[in-house]
Amino acid sequence: MDFCIGIRGNDFVLLCEDMNAAQSIMLHKQDHEKMLDLNDHLLMTRTGNLGDGVQCAEFLQKNIQLYQIRNGYEMRSSAAAHYIRKYLADTLRSREPLEVNLLLGAYDVISNTPQLYYMDYLGSMATAPFCAHGYGAMFATSILDMYYHPGISVDEAIGILNKCIKELKKRLIINFSKFNVKVVDKDGIHKLPTISVEDGIHTH
Amino acid sequence: MSIDEYNGSAIVAMTGKDCVAIATDTRFGVQRTTITTDFERVHKMGPTLYVAMSGLVTDAYTVAARLKYRLNLYELRENRPVNPKVFVSMVSNLLYERRFGPYFSTPVVAGLDPTSGKPFIAGFDCIGDPTIGTDFVTDGTSGEQLMGMCEAFWRPDLNKDELFEAISQSLLNAQDRDSYAGWGAQVYIIEKDKVTKKILKARKD
Repeated sequence: MDFCIGIRGNDFVLLCEDMNAAQSIMLHKQDHEKMLDLNDHLLMTRTGNLGDGVQCAEFLQKNIQLYQIRNGYEMRSSAAAHYIRKYLADTLRSREPLEVNLLLGAYDVISNTPQLYYMDYLGSMATAPFCAHGYGAMFATSILDMYYHPGISVDEAIGILNKCIKELKKRLIINFSKFNVKVVDKDGIHKLPTISVEDGIHTH
Repeated sequence: MSIDEYNGSAIVAMTGKDCVAIATDTRFGVQRTTITTDFERVHKMGPTLYVAMSGLVTDAYTVAARLKYRLNLYELRENRPVNPKVFVSMVSNLLYERRFGPYFSTPVVAGLDPTSGKPFIAGFDCIGDPTIGTDFVTDGTSGEQLMGMCEAFWRPDLNKDELFEAISQSLLNAQDRDSYAGWGAQVYIIEKDKVTKKILKARKD
């Protein structure tokens, strides 16, 4: 029932997630942040089981930070992505498979490239210019196919994001009230204004 | 829904005269939804040895990574590139280790013998039974379609250009009949002194 979306530009990756915390028919919270900074240039958002998501995200965050403490430098984004993938693939055939789909937005400071990784709960991994998880993904990816072009700016990406959210409000049965938006670029992770559906969705 | 059809793929390897070719589609999908259209299925294992993995993407990656790990250790110990026949035994052993909880991914090997330069192709099932092919080997959700196409286009002693045409047409037309594979194709032509990678435009559906 969750939704998350990632858009990659020339020098940034934008990640957006819904802020619902729900279990079955009960909506616990409408301002719940699921996105987590794994390190200074690595941002992860997720959909799926709430408990598994927290366990997965915090475990990965702590281990990636431990790598930094041990080695004195940040874990590179592709190394982190492969590490996370292996973690998901290992848990898949264990006693406790994790039901979490991830999107990893990263900026590799060494090669100066932004990277967006799509990972599902089985441990499949792919890089993509844009991708999304959840029921909302079916709507969002079609809109992105239409409006995305390589080298979009952050503002254009937010415009497309707003288009997606407008579509979700209109055509998806699930009600999302707020969306959490963050951007990763060479200067780190920045939180952008929360998109609130009640306040109006601005498409430009 | 079968686990082999969760992601979808089309893989084919063909022998020619002193060359081999291996080709795959580039769709990464989760059942009916397509996620990316530039997914690499072919992994380089040696200067003239390539492996393409079909089936479940997570297992395809795991098997390719574990295979490369074993291969690296072999080449460090032996100090020479691996012989394709030996590599087939390595693959077979890796897959059979999971006999009662198998990887849902099957490799297709294509390469040239490092010393003699003889073309070599092989396919497997998910528990490691090797089939060393003489003409062509196919795999993936479009496996059967590919078999038919290859039978029509392949003939012995194709030169590298004829081989490229044969494998490309086989792949493109077979994957058009499979909704889980397609969205592009990559063809690797492997010769003794060079490897050429060509990216084909395919039907985007």
